[in-house]
Amino acid sequence: MYPAAFEYYRATSVPEVVQLLQQHPDGKILAGGHSLLPMMKLRLAEPAALIDIGRVPDLNGIQDAGDSIVVGATTTYWNLLQSDVIRQSLPLITEAANVVGDIQVRNRGTLGGAMAHADPAADMPAVALALDASMKVVGPNGERTIPASEFFVDMFTTALSPDEVLTQIIFPKPQGTSGQAYEKFAHPASGYAVVGVAAFVTLDGGKVQTVRVGITGAGTVAKRASAVEQALAGQEPTEQAIESAAAHAAEGLELNGDIFASEEYRAHLARVFTQRALSRAVAAARG
Amino acid sequence: MKQQITVTVNGVQYTSEVEPRLLLVHYLRDVLNLTGTHVGCDTSQCGACTVIMNGSAVKSCTVLAVQADGAEITTIEGLAKDGQLHPLQEGFWEMHGLQCGFCTPGMIMTAYDLLQKNPNPTEEEIRHGLEGNLCRCTGYQNIVRSIQYAADKMRGAAAAAGGE
Ligand SMILES: Cc1cc2nc3c(=O)[nH]c(=O)nc-3n(C[C@H](O)[C@H](O)[C@H](O)COP(=O)(O)OP(=O)(O)OC[C@H]3O[C@@H](n4cnc5c(N)ncnc54)[C@H](O)[C@@H]3O)c2cc1C
Ligand code: FES
Ligand code: FES
Repeated sequence: MYPAAFEYYRATSVPEVVQLLQQHPDGKILAGGHSLLPMMKLRLAEPAALIDIGRVPDLNGIQDAGDSIVVGATTTYWNLLQSDVIRQSLPLITEAANVVGDIQVRNRGTLGGAMAHADPAADMPAVALALDASMKVVGPNGERTIPASEFFVDMFTTALSPDEVLTQIIFPKPQGTSGQAYEKFAHPASGYAVVGVAAFVTLDGGKVQTVRVGITGAGTVAKRASAVEQALAGQEPTEQAIESAAAHAAEGLELNGDIFASEEYRAHLARVFTQRALSRAVAAARG
Repeated sequence: MKQQITVTVNGVQYTSEVEPRLLLVHYLRDVLNLTGTHVGCDTSQCGACTVIMNGSAVKSCTVLAVQADGAEITTIEGLAKDGQLHPLQEGFWEMHGLQCGFCTPGMIMTAYDLLQKNPNPTEEEIRHGLEGNLCRCTGYQNIVRSIQYAADKMRGAAAAAGGE
């Protein structure tokens, strides 16, 4: 069980990561390694160099920045699960992180790695979409910020360029009366999301003010369910209103189908889990 | 190009020159001859290779030895102290938590992490905690009982030591 040979560099700062990426165009960043190393062991990936960002001090940690919460790219799922500020303001992250993989995966896997990898069955992309996160990335030309809604481009493809490093994931803190929920249908063998739905709502005067739904697993890339959002915004979130909005969940998705779950079944799951996630998010907002 | 690493395993410090592609599990088994840590799959799913690295359970088949440079590692060989089995080992013995024993080192190291994070887990929490460890023999019932046994014993010991 040996990956193909590669050169190994342990970066100590963000500028050094960028420099190493420029020097090694066939190289790849190594964060928690829990998507990349399994692919390398199976020789599905053979990068010529690995640039280990695991010990770059600025990349790790969770900061309360007042109206947002800033999560460093190498923050692990377990770091997220331990954070009180996350549990209080962004319980959606806590809920979803707790169902990623298993204890060992959560101890090593990082939020930045999950975003950059953009596995169509990963949980956190849906969460980032529902919470309207943005990605801070640094490259040779400096820094830029990409909204989650533009970050996930396609299967295993993001808006990151090969010479850029994702440094922070920035989550705005919810304002007003809000509720959040994650509903996942986990693959019984792999644990990845066959379908995962992250829902965020704010209520004003008994009506839905803001609603964001992120769906992963069902399609080739995690996406906002815009048709669901449009159907529910401004409405009183009755069970019936939620159900008829959730009926639009599979619209706009390029559905995945495989031996475990057909395209039709995934579309069905997307609708059912959207309804469940929205119902729970509304209940949480009502307190 | 080989890289020098220094790793502390079960309290003993080792310095070695390794290829970057060497996985931690092969470093433990083939370089240090600590063969209690097993390899059960090539897809990072079975958990047989689980060890404690800097206090947390990790699948050592999904960590490079170079990533473990400077780390403190505990393997199954490091749990018994002064000829005295660790409560988890005793639990697996008493409650028949194994049949062929292939998964057992990984089960025990994962349970070690689980109990340090949650000393009094429910049965459901134990099962959730073992999601990354596969057993082809036992059907898990007795593994859960073994961990409950250890949890009870460890809490008793903590209470006796005035810890709680
Ligand atoms: C057994 C198992 C079960 C799993 N189950 C689940 C699951 O249920 N749900 C789920 O969502 N995931 C699951 N995962 C995947 C896990 O969450 C990964 O940890 C995560 O997808 C990638 O994070 P990482 O830190 O391990 O990234 P790595 O594997 O280190 O990197 C992944 C990719 O992202 C790039 N990258 C990493 N960090 C950066 C950065 N900061 N900037 C730019 N590029 C970067 C790397 O170059 C690489 O291409 C599972 C993994 C395993 C092994
Ligand atoms: S050998 Fe590591 S998970 Fe199977
Ligand atoms: S006892 Fe045989 S695999 Fe678990």
